[in-house]
Amino acid sequence: MSKKYLYTKEHEWVVVKGEIVQVGISDYAQDELGDVVFVDLPEVGDQVEEGEGFAVVESVKAVSDIYAPVSGEITAVNEALEDSPELINESPLEEGWIVEIKIDGSAQIGDLMNQQEYEEFLKEV
Amino acid sequence: MPKKKGVPLIFERSVPGRRGYRLPKLDVPEVPVDELIPAEHLREKPAELPEVSEVEVMRHYTQLSRLNHGVDVGFYPLGSCTMKYNPRVNEDVAALPGLSTIHPYQPESSVQGALELMYNLGQHLAEISGLAAATLQPAAGAHGELTGLLVIKAYHKQRGEEHRTEIIIPDSAHGTNPASVAMVGYDVVEVPSDERGGVDVEALKRAVGPKTAGLMLTNPNTLGLFDENICDITAMVRQAGGLLYYDGANANAILGIVRPGDMGFDIVHYNLHKTFSTPHGGGGPGSGPIVVTEELAPFLPGPVVAKEGDRFFFTQPEKSIGRVQAFYGNFSVLVKAYAYILSHGSAGLREVSEVAVLNANYMMRRLQDVYYLPYDRACKHEFVLSGKWQKQYGVRTLDIAKRLLDYGVHAPTVYFPLNVEEALMIEPTETEPKSAIDEFIEAMRQIAQEAKEDPEQLKKAPQLTPVGRLDEAKAARRPVLRWQKTE
Repeated sequence: MSKKYLYTKEHEWVVVKGEIVQVGISDYAQDELGDVVFVDLPEVGDQVEEGEGFAVVESVKAVSDIYAPVSGEITAVNEALEDSPELINESPLEEGWIVEIKIDGSAQIGDLMNQQEYEEFLKEV
Repeated sequence: MPKKKGVPLIFERSVPGRRGYRLPKLDVPEVPVDELIPAEHLREKPAELPEVSEVEVMRHYTQLSRLNHGVDVGFYPLGSCTMKYNPRVNEDVAALPGLSTIHPYQPESSVQGALELMYNLGQHLAEISGLAAATLQPAAGAHGELTGLLVIKAYHKQRGEEHRTEIIIPDSAHGTNPASVAMVGYDVVEVPSDERGGVDVEALKRAVGPKTAGLMLTNPNTLGLFDENICDITAMVRQAGGLLYYDGANANAILGIVRPGDMGFDIVHYNLHKTFSTPHGGGGPGSGPIVVTEELAPFLPGPVVAKEGDRFFFTQPEKSIGRVQAFYGNFSVLVKAYAYILSHGSAGLREVSEVAVLNANYMMRRLQDVYYLPYDRACKHEFVLSGKWQKQYGVRTLDIAKRLLDYGVHAPTVYFPLNVEEALMIEPTETEPKSAIDEFIEAMRQIAQEAKEDPEQLKKAPQLTPVGRLDEAKAARRPVLRWQKTE
């Protein structure tokens, strides 16, 4: 079964796997940012709040925050990005994933868009 | 055989034993160096310095300098940086022995002229800004921001209002603003822009409150647009008990026309290396004096120059935040700015801004049919275009900027401000002749045509520069910061 990607308005993608969500940035986001040169990752065990920046992606053009789509605890970070930030450009949806977050018991994932809704959204931006 | 482009490294010119000097024969007994200096301070093997003759050194650096682009070589419309020509009279004045050979530890009585110059420069900046008192210590614009924020902090502390910890900044601000705020330990509250490119007043209403320490604003902003609601904005923040900081980065648009003090600001910094024509880049050095209201004057960094009768002397403001720079700031830069102000006079400074604004508007109107203009209203000293129409051909703003280098001009600021997609921020300044401005317009129009007809060519640009398109991503990911010997 293929993975089901959901998207935020800030161009993060989210894949829900039970109580864990995997987070990265969309293909559109990586294309807009240009070549990524550095990713500032959080630590496993860090608590994140929905809507707050938890990682920073620096490209040749700009420095951008990555926002948490849901509150919870970081359970994994993609350490490969430390040496190979270009994975975000080359494979934004797969090898360029950024973190996994364990959703807080009471937390809900906010309003996210499915693939089709996100494509519609991109036409407007 | 034709020469290949570029210049070899000076290390590659090295020939063992070659020298650029000849020392006289030693006329004292020679002592081995290890008898004079302890072994732990001595190198194990000699430094690997290039061995070259004087003429080789001269040619090497002269050739390198000829590969450079500067405002003395060509047009330099780098938005927000005000790359105006630096008149040579400034240099003549700064080189006068009475100003260039004095020492900061000399007795005040022997450097009255230098003190008078600093006093007068502070007075002129106060008059230009509509405020009361200045410090000339900050060494750059961002340093001025930091100093201004420290003054804001000291002011609130003295009033027992240390709960004020938030500084409001619009989303179009220079990146240094939030960085300076973080540096003094305040929190940034961002407010969005409205559809006319100004501060969203409704959002500002929601952002101000009992925690507001102040607001930092550039006006005209980074879009080159003057905020039409400026008096409402400053009144709103003042009513909430906050102070108003004017980032003078774009002061080249308003000299002699409107004063930050009259707009309601309490603190202003000026980048002398922008507005007042002192050199940029290569270390400048810069200078970022701040000017404040009467009420804030006691908090300024000291010492400042004061005057009693005909005598000038240093004094410490009563509640000074302390020094922010050694001695009195970058003195020779102050001299150059002072020379600039005096050589223009008040009418001349107003004309500087009028022509800077005219040039920018002329250019904007002549380019808006070929590049998307996100905010279509009269601009001030700079304007922002977007490369978004060119995107359909696969051409990005970066390609347009690189192609401009082939036309012999410096690229504008790109991808800034962040609230405009594919931004190109263009600031012609007042010092360009109309012919240079027309040449730039022509180059931009041709590039727009090339984007349609031959986008692949644009992506290969630049091709006429000493080196072609650099791999910026690789340079950032795996930088090689110094020469390394390859065995």
